[in-house]
Amino acid sequence: MNIDLTDTTSSRINSALVQARRATGTPAVGMVLTLVIVTDEGNHYDALKAASEASKEHPSRTLVVIRRPGRSPRDRKIARLDAEVRVGGDSGTGETVLLRLHGELSSHAHSVVLPLLLPDAPVVVWWPEDAPDHPGDDLLGQLAARRITDAQATEDPVATLGLRADTYTPGDTDLAWTRITPWRSVLAAALDQKHATVTSASVEGEAYNPSSELLGLWLAERLGVPVERQVSEGPGLTAVRLETADGTICLDRADGSLAELAMPGQPDRHVALHRRETSELIAEELRRLDPDETYASAVKYGVARLGSKAPAARTKAPATGGKAPAAGNKAKADSVRIDQAGTAAPAAGTEPAPDGNSGADGGSGGGSGKKKSAPQAVKRAASK
Amino acid sequence: MSEPARGDNPLRDAQDRRLPRIAGPSGLVIFGVTGDLSRKKLMPAVYDLANRGLLPPGFSLIGFARRDWEDEDFSQVVHDAVKEHARTPFREEVWQQLAEGFRFVPGEFSDDEAFKLLKSTIEELDGTRGTGGNFAFYLSVPPKFFPTVVQQLKRHGLSEGQGDSWRRAVIEKPFGHDLASAQELNQVVHQVFRPSDVFRIDHYLGKETVQNILALRFANTMFEPLWNRSYVDHVQITMAEDIGIGGRAGYYDGIGSARDVIQNHLLQLLALTAMEEPASFDAKALVTEKLKALTAVKLPNDLGRHTVRGQYTHGWQGGTEVCGYLEEEGIDPASKTDTYAAIKLEIDNRRWAGVPFYLRTGKRLGRRVTEIAVVFQRAPYSPFDTTDTQELGQNALVIRVQPDEGVTIRFGSKVPGTSMEIRDVTMDFAYGESFTESSPEAYERLLLDVLLGDANLFPRHQEVEESWRILDPIETYWDKHGKPEEYTAGTWGPKAADQMLARDGRSWRRP
Repeated sequence: MNIDLTDTTSSRINSALVQARRATGTPAVGMVLTLVIVTDEGNHYDALKAASEASKEHPSRTLVVIRRPGRSPRDRKIARLDAEVRVGGDSGTGETVLLRLHGELSSHAHSVVLPLLLPDAPVVVWWPEDAPDHPGDDLLGQLAARRITDAQATEDPVATLGLRADTYTPGDTDLAWTRITPWRSVLAAALDQKHATVTSASVEGEAYNPSSELLGLWLAERLGVPVERQVSEGPGLTAVRLETADGTICLDRADGSLAELAMPGQPDRHVALHRRETSELIAEELRRLDPDETYASAVKYGVARLGSKAPAARTKAPATGGKAPAAGNKAKADSVRIDQAGTAAPAAGTEPAPDGNSGADGGSGGGSGKKKSAPQAVKRAASK
Repeated sequence: MSEPARGDNPLRDAQDRRLPRIAGPSGLVIFGVTGDLSRKKLMPAVYDLANRGLLPPGFSLIGFARRDWEDEDFSQVVHDAVKEHARTPFREEVWQQLAEGFRFVPGEFSDDEAFKLLKSTIEELDGTRGTGGNFAFYLSVPPKFFPTVVQQLKRHGLSEGQGDSWRRAVIEKPFGHDLASAQELNQVVHQVFRPSDVFRIDHYLGKETVQNILALRFANTMFEPLWNRSYVDHVQITMAEDIGIGGRAGYYDGIGSARDVIQNHLLQLLALTAMEEPASFDAKALVTEKLKALTAVKLPNDLGRHTVRGQYTHGWQGGTEVCGYLEEEGIDPASKTDTYAAIKLEIDNRRWAGVPFYLRTGKRLGRRVTEIAVVFQRAPYSPFDTTDTQELGQNALVIRVQPDEGVTIRFGSKVPGTSMEIRDVTMDFAYGESFTESSPEAYERLLLDVLLGDANLFPRHQEVEESWRILDPIETYWDKHGKPEEYTAGTWGPKAADQMLARDGRSWRRP
């Protein structure tokens, strides 16, 4: 049932929710979380549709915050709250409240949302587009255990990734990261089958597709090898190649649904890797509400360091090729430790960056250029 | 969970919980692939697993049956089965990925040629699909064929993998019909496969709710302090079916409900409810605790008074007229087979001494339900008048296994109004509400566990034998004394079952 409330308050919305629940005959509901969607008039429909779909897996109270600050100075001065309560029927298994925040109220959304949160249940905030620069600092973001942004929806996705890394707060996550879970699981499964040392990697995907960068960052961070980002026609991600001593492990998806996995010494196989709907992404996000540390370390790795040879801390890793592969494990352990120290002492972390950049520039010309810059980085880091 | 050595994979990280557990390179061979179980449960489960991205690239499925089929015919059969029974939506690209790995081997179980063909098919798949020699053999066939099939597997060198590849056997109930036959069966299978490579499917254990018993008990603090003889009055474990024996006359007659259900499902539920906290959550620790609980089970001295069996007669069940057991097709009109069984057990340990566990199961009962009800003692003293608490029953915690999975807690609450009147109310947690649609089918979970080699949810042979040790004396007693009492189809069982609890001053829950 739908209840429309004009010029209302949060407490009136709360009683409307109770009333609607009584009327539909389900006074007790097992809703597991509150999902707050922050959006505008133009985008709320799609976002809400995805959320309703996801609420079939995670029954939730969905609060859609629609900001209408108004154009004229007079409009901007008023403050009015209109609400639409939807329970049962099409709104999925939970409850949905559309909140239209007019005028000045649009910058005080948290005051409207706070009284409407489910008691004791986690809160998730999702900005389908136009996320704040610092989600963890945002007044709505502070209410949430998990903050979902979408770098894909921004004008400069790669720059956005950098911003996300700078402002990362535990609990942040991005749909561009969610999109690559199937890729990551197939790649991890491929390495389960073949314990080979990866020497370099490349990720190929559409331009302006932050998922490609994130996948590259993850590979670079986990493997400690240079990762090259190549641009293709898409759709989305099209291929990942991991170079090993025995040959290339290649996961190639040309058509956006069925991928081919080629591994040295093994027959080529097909893997279904379809591009997922937003609702599936949201459902995956809602499955775990603890901080995603893997995302944090991937995004923090830094896009600038991508194409480069592993930075100073990591050049000792077997990635450099000829040098003592036996020391690989130890070097990797070292690199992790140094990386953690790096955040505390910026000097160690920032030093290799210029080198990394030049390496990337050289890299676009040819692979050999990159190889040379690496030992240099070692020397410079060592001399420090 | 026991994780195979994956520590050296740099892309795996314990922190990275988005990455699902994907089985390693492997394939599945189903014997008796034309059967009902295979079409309704196994094939859809394989597809659903693939659709969720949990099967390895190159996963292959080999069907073995006495049919004159080509690979394409087999593929068509699987296609139809998947379309009809799969839980997740049908997607062409997933199907394509799977269908490339379908093979069919026609032949009888005694046919050496067929097994040679099976062997070459497996070798071919290792080459073209990269299954790495890892195969699970699912014996979806009547137990009388087990010896033939496993011997054939051994004779053709299929039962042992080369190098570090594995071969596993999956068998379905019944695991024998008494202790002796169960031991014989175990011996037959263990001659060929190592005990740790034999997976006994009890699909109940794959159900989310059953796994949730452990979460409920050991991840919470509010239940465990009450989970003992000081607070629990008794426990009722029920598995009721509304259907009759259907087309299973040949199997069912002479076996009966106690052997069919109590020996495996209900005793497993009892073990999970009663066991102590395992040292860890791996298969070995779980088996140890479950075995301890099962070995502590004590039968009542007077079996005649504390066990009941019944047989359904003609009646109306849920709006349809149904015939009695003796009138079912293929049943001997003089059959003494039980279609209802209720028994009282006690567990002789410090936690449970003196707390009866009532187990009951039956066909053609009121409705289909499986549940575990832990009924608590009455409050030792009530400050309220007896008239106030007239309608107050005992507190209970009910774990509903199927359908409508969830947990209910029953307690007393004041009825709104001026007088003090206390009545039972329930607090309900339904899986369907908190985690909708995400519950995988039991077979999905179990098949994946077989491929991963995770034996947590599979009863081990010691448990099977221990369960028979509990049930055998009851069956022997029933054989010698009397015959099953009749009950009308669609009711909650024979009167003797009610009397059995009334003697203890208790009554059955109406589930």
